[in-house]
Amino acid sequence: MLSGCAGGEATPAEGDSAAIITTNGSEPQNPLIPTNTTETGGGKIATSIFAGLVSYNAKGETENEVAKSIESDDAQNWTVTINDGWEFTNGEAVTADSFVDAWNFGAKFSNAQSASYFFDNIVGFDYEADSELTGLKVVDDSTFTVELASPEADWPLRLGYTAFMPLPSAAYDDMDAFGENPIGNGPYMLDGEGAWEHEVGIDLVTNPDYEGVRKPANGGLNIVFYASMDAAYADVQGGNLDVLDAVPDAAFESYESDFPERFVNQPAAIFQGFNMPYYLEHWSGEEGKLRRAAISMSIDRKEITDVIFQGTRTPATDFTSPVIDGYSDSLKGAEVLEYNPEEAKAKWAEADKIAPYTGTFDLAYNSDGGHAAWVDAVTNSIKNTLGIEAIGKPYPTFAAALDDRAADKLTGGTRAGWQGDYPSLYNFLAPLYQTGAGSNYEDYTSPEFDALLKEGAAASSVEDATAKYQEAQEVLLADLPTIPLWYSNVTGVWSESVENVVFGWDSVPLYSDITKSE
Amino acid sequence: MIWYTGKRLLQMIPVFFGATLLIYFMVFSLPGDPIAALYGDRPPAPGVIDQIRAQYNLDKPFIVQYFIYIGNFFQGDLGTTYSGRPVSDVMAKAFPITARLALLALAIEAFFGILVGLIAGLRKGKLFDTSALVVSLLLISVPTFVIGFVLQYVFAVKLGWARTTVSSEAPLNELLLPALVLASVSFAYIVRLTRASVSDNLNADFVRTATAKGLSRRRVVGVHVLRNSLVPVVTFLGVDLGSLMVGAIVTEGIFNINGVGGTVYKAIKLGEGPTVVSFIAVMVVIFVLANLLVDLLYAALDPRIRYAK
Repeated sequence: MLSGCAGGEATPAEGDSAAIITTNGSEPQNPLIPTNTTETGGGKIATSIFAGLVSYNAKGETENEVAKSIESDDAQNWTVTINDGWEFTNGEAVTADSFVDAWNFGAKFSNAQSASYFFDNIVGFDYEADSELTGLKVVDDSTFTVELASPEADWPLRLGYTAFMPLPSAAYDDMDAFGENPIGNGPYMLDGEGAWEHEVGIDLVTNPDYEGVRKPANGGLNIVFYASMDAAYADVQGGNLDVLDAVPDAAFESYESDFPERFVNQPAAIFQGFNMPYYLEHWSGEEGKLRRAAISMSIDRKEITDVIFQGTRTPATDFTSPVIDGYSDSLKGAEVLEYNPEEAKAKWAEADKIAPYTGTFDLAYNSDGGHAAWVDAVTNSIKNTLGIEAIGKPYPTFAAALDDRAADKLTGGTRAGWQGDYPSLYNFLAPLYQTGAGSNYEDYTSPEFDALLKEGAAASSVEDATAKYQEAQEVLLADLPTIPLWYSNVTGVWSESVENVVFGWDSVPLYSDITKSE
Repeated sequence: MIWYTGKRLLQMIPVFFGATLLIYFMVFSLPGDPIAALYGDRPPAPGVIDQIRAQYNLDKPFIVQYFIYIGNFFQGDLGTTYSGRPVSDVMAKAFPITARLALLALAIEAFFGILVGLIAGLRKGKLFDTSALVVSLLLISVPTFVIGFVLQYVFAVKLGWARTTVSSEAPLNELLLPALVLASVSFAYIVRLTRASVSDNLNADFVRTATAKGLSRRRVVGVHVLRNSLVPVVTFLGVDLGSLMVGAIVTEGIFNINGVGGTVYKAIKLGEGPTVVSFIAVMVVIFVLANLLVDLLYAALDPRIRYAK
């Protein structure tokens, strides 16, 4: 487990308990309604001002917050008991209804919440019409039961995600207005009305009544929104910003010397690779398998992560991320992810015997996201190893690239990435490779993989589930619906005035632990 | 004069409709579904995207979208961004900051550019003139972002004389450094324009006549040479005001200023028609007014120009 070891052991807080920590962020895409907050800008704020049933520690393990217990005998019928004494900052008590109503709101079709699909395993969920989550039943103020449509052993793992936060009843009067000035039950709260200044930043102060596991050691957070990380980096250098969680490309060479002992570079829960569509000639069936393996083995991941990314990416050994419990670097068949030009050539030649390959290999990417350098490196690596023409195919915007992906109009591979919503293997596999899944654009389908995923979900313990998910990944390694490249690292730096900066599994610093001395 | 001004103002109407229609069409034609792209690699449930598309009228044909926008525009409703904020709020935040920055830059480049250009023109071939030419050549050839990063690193990070980025209130003293960066290239052009114009006019007939009449050098230079030399400079300044307002995107990024350039850039990337068009409409008005002002100034500067019917 690599996460969270770079910030040093937590020492007793010696900082000023009233000090405000400044850090970088970005303008939330939507009003701060937890079920409509699925991007990082808003997520960072929402997790600070809300406390769910559980929260995640630096290692990505869940710790009970509002929940006293989450139990089930069959992984399908869950009983959730919540602790007494939790309150929203407007004084309203946090009860079973606070959760059940919020989840119903998030799941309701006509509310068009971006996180609605997180509730799709709860009985009563409907993708096409308004319907109540009948699987949720309030027993009393501190107990509710959840009936899932199918068993899911690691269901509680997802409960720390923003979509599962409770809402006070005041929210439902005017949800948009609530999203401007949200009232939560988390370690921080908004510093009065209008604390969120659009495109500029948001001011949070500690919630004096919060008694959960994330009790802040500082006085609050000032999250400053940056359009460019270069400006944010200059601000840490110039003393205007305490903590930066994304070092800009331009500073990859120098951040370790600019901030000695005050930087972090560790894998994040971000998987990156590229997909080969199954509807293309040469890329399906036995021939496709050989070609996929050949392409994968012709890429020198180590060299590219060192040269292009200055070591801020970690070569992939599976389909998840090193920060996720159950990650493995020794799956059966993982040698296909190692650079092996001879074997690559042999496999390619074998595939050519089935049907000779003609034309140019292209790899689609959106040119507004800084991908050109590594795409060129990858295609060059393929070109040099296999002796075929390989080029990058830039799309002007992400939207344009997505359009062709969604319409099955790609002419070659496409960049693909996934950032974990919650620390679970399942979250890295099901949405991407399950038959018909939302992000399975390239039409991968494998009955064997689907079955293993299902067995994993229904397993009675998390250990058994992990074993099944690893087995499922071994199917992926044989099929290679996506060619894994690397895990993105989180690279962060902080100023001399703060201490105890530890980054969580989700690449966001654990703000509540940070101490600051003026 | 009034007739002329009125005519020019009336011309704004077709310009306004033409520009907004064209820009709206260009944003509409951007490839890809802007709503689907909002969610990145994690698409929401399919029904969610459809409902949000309908909410922003993106499911309607282009011309219908445009007329809905124009219809609302004349009722004072500029639409909302994809994050649900009224575009008018976004404009009310972005324009004042950018206007302050642009006017400060304009003042800096006009004052120093004309001053240096005048001295260089009067002392053609001397050390001051040569240095001015070299410096202006440097400023023109070095890209703005290099100047921006260097000034930021030296004055803010190393020396600590200025704040590295501009805070949300954007007071004038914090805007000084970005304004200098923004003004640098135009300053160089103004130096060269003024210098060339001044040295031309020094040999003009009316200057020789003025000198022959026995006017003091001060009066010859101040009234006859400088005033006539300003015509091309004023033209340049008028056009430059417009580009300073929208073109400050690089400088705004370096100093984290939440201004017009960055907002429009972000809106174009998101495919937010109403935001882009509303901003551009205001820009068009600013451009047209600035050009009108320049044309009227011609008459004030050069007595040979008169706006009759």
